[in-house]
Amino acid sequence: MNRFCSLRAAWAVLLLLFAAGSVACHRCGAMSQGDDPRDPASVAPERPGGRSITEAGIEWPTPETLKRTLALADHNTRVVFAGVTALGAVSGLVGTFLLLRKRALLSDAVSHCTLPGIALAFLGAEAAGLSGRSLPLLLAGAAVTGALGAGGVAAIRAHTRVKDDAALAIVLSVFFGLGMALLVIVQQLPSGNAAGLARFIYGRAASMTQSDARTILIASLLVATICGALLKEFKLLCFDGNFARTQGWPVMALDLILMGLVVAVTVIGLQAVGLLLVVALLIVPAAAARFWSHRLGPTLVIALLIGGASGLSGVIASALFPKLPAGAVIVLAAVGCFAVSLVLGSRRGLLVRWLERRQVATRVARQHLLRALYEWCEAGTHPLGGDARCNLEQPVPLDGLLAANRWNRRRLARLLRLGAAEGLLLTTRERGVCQLTAQGRLEARRVTRNHRLWETYLLHYADVAPQHIHHNADQIEHVIEPEIVNELEELLAGREGKALVPAEPAGPEGGGGRGTTA
Amino acid sequence: MSWTELDTWIVLTGVLTSLACALPGTFLMLNRQSMLGDGISHAVLPGLAIAFLLTHSRDILPMVAGAVGAGLVTALLTQAVQRAGEVEGGAALGVVFCALFATGLVLIRVASDHVDLDPDCVLYGSIETAVVDVGRVPRVTLISGGLLLFNGLLTLVFYKELRFAAFDPACATTLGFNADLIRLGLTLVASITAVLAFETVGSILVIAMLVVPAAAASLLTRRLSSLLGLALLFAMLSAAGGHLAATTLPPFLGRMIGQPGLGATSSAAMMAVAAGATFALAWAVAYAVQRRQGISAVI
Repeated sequence: MNRFCSLRAAWAVLLLLFAAGSVACHRCGAMSQGDDPRDPASVAPERPGGRSITEAGIEWPTPETLKRTLALADHNTRVVFAGVTALGAVSGLVGTFLLLRKRALLSDAVSHCTLPGIALAFLGAEAAGLSGRSLPLLLAGAAVTGALGAGGVAAIRAHTRVKDDAALAIVLSVFFGLGMALLVIVQQLPSGNAAGLARFIYGRAASMTQSDARTILIASLLVATICGALLKEFKLLCFDGNFARTQGWPVMALDLILMGLVVAVTVIGLQAVGLLLVVALLIVPAAAARFWSHRLGPTLVIALLIGGASGLSGVIASALFPKLPAGAVIVLAAVGCFAVSLVLGSRRGLLVRWLERRQVATRVARQHLLRALYEWCEAGTHPLGGDARCNLEQPVPLDGLLAANRWNRRRLARLLRLGAAEGLLLTTRERGVCQLTAQGRLEARRVTRNHRLWETYLLHYADVAPQHIHHNADQIEHVIEPEIVNELEELLAGREGKALVPAEPAGPEGGGGRGTTA
Repeated sequence: MSWTELDTWIVLTGVLTSLACALPGTFLMLNRQSMLGDGISHAVLPGLAIAFLLTHSRDILPMVAGAVGAGLVTALLTQAVQRAGEVEGGAALGVVFCALFATGLVLIRVASDHVDLDPDCVLYGSIETAVVDVGRVPRVTLISGGLLLFNGLLTLVFYKELRFAAFDPACATTLGFNADLIRLGLTLVASITAVLAFETVGSILVIAMLVVPAAAASLLTRRLSSLLGLALLFAMLSAAGGHLAATTLPPFLGRMIGQPGLGATSSAAMMAVAAGATFALAWAVAYAVQRRQGISAVI
């Protein structure tokens, strides 16, 4: 418990540091931007990499634009911000279910599949004498072929032996090929200068109108409502689809609804980020959120927040720097969140898992050290004696420990430092000996007793070959619960008069003083 | 329609490229790395942009180097994210290629003042413009032929290793073939193939040819040698059929929608669609065989 808390504390401190750092960066950035208008000459030469990349592209926003954008002065800005943020949030939501269903790349296939639908809708409208530019019509076409593509993947997966990934790649490339072929045809039409349709490939958040944004907002709310209503069903589907099927849930229908939601999010996202990048909104926030929680609820909330934040930062950036492609910035913001989560995530992040591994290693090392000391004392004094006669207070020569345990000096030194830090032993370097303290003696007895109990158990009940006993015992004693130890002790005391334990390395019987020697 | 020398070159180039892609594609499919082609097609963008920004030229060598580098980075980064972060494989690939693609878009846009590099021309290179090289063998045909030769030789030389690594990587590794290394080599070859072909015929054809012929063949056979043979056959058929469809179908479509003047559409895109048609055909054949002979004959 104690260690667990310290782990949490370490993580919290790191997060605080990170937050402080980002605030500081932010302040610096704000200051330098504030300085910009007063003394542009002093800022200009400081820009890094001036020659190749940054020189040409970015024009820094005037403070006017900065203020207007951040204060959400224009009504239009407000609506577009709300629309794209809602899109990011809802795609985080749907993406989480998709990821947990292990079908993250389905979104990639679906987004590519929308292209022929857009082109077909345009051609159909032109043939019928309507305007091919009507957005609802184009999006309806996109939704139809997107759903067809998702259905195609499901059909290939269900009815052939082609694997998941190949099914996705087949549908994706064939539909996208069809889309490109149709797009070339559209370009030949007098009315079809393709600029109108090409915007769906890369997206154009900046050109979004209020009504577009409002459509996105409403559709996002709808998708989120469906997700909320089917939360329990989706949860079951994602964590154990086969169990759901055996319990009589309509797994097929639920999968279809999930695919439908994916198609919906993709189609809503076409305008804002384009079909090549909407897949990122479905995959990246969900993948990032998984580092922070093992539970579905928190994961969903975090994915929603990351998606929303990415969308918001993307449109802010594109409002401030008109040259930057908004879709790409949204994706990069999400990827930044993913990178941070990968390292700092509180449940599966690299840092936390590294700390956990270190903790286990330390615990194991500590137990090895204590048992080694105990066994040396035992062997040194009374080869056949029990605990009563085992003199744990005698000084143990370090060379003896080295020889008995095949450790090298560095490892021994590390172990001794560890023991001394926990107050388990005292080392006298000049004499080359170490000695257990009162607490150390207690712990050494406990650890050795645990180890031998487990050894005995394995030998008598688990049918393990004797030569493997020591190895197994070493691994399992470190995870064993105190309650199980008590149970084991009673069990063994009741069954056997004396429990046999291999002579080496456990030595003679009687480690715990009670229980094993009845 | 009339058949010209141009059509011959288009079909020849398409066939050579398709064959060159189908060879590594078969093994990619067996290794369950089919989406790698799609991933690479997105991920090459920053590689090309960086190569261009560094050299300020559109020479083929730095471009290919940049793109192959990006392809390898995709494969390695995906593996790293998958293993270190315990992220599911598909999601890891998605995160990586999205990140790279977005980076590429930003790089190109930011530097667009003195860079004439359009994402479209990277991703959707077209056979039709590439084969215009009047009076001699077009450069793209030579490149495709070279690629096919290279991939064919590699497949012949490493046939045993590839087969072993594809069907039982764990066993291959215990017997001393490093399955990871073989897969990495395959990824490298696939990246080189894809990148060279992107520049000439566009990415759609490559993504399709890496997977679809092999998948169609896998519906009809379970032996690796016949799988490869059928995949090559399907690749060839789709390339030829795709060009035919691209030149003959649009006029029909035009008459249907009342626009009689429609010309040919993109051959590479239609080759991908034709590959889809071969897959559907193979599926139908497999289904019919299954119906007639009972399930045991096919499985």
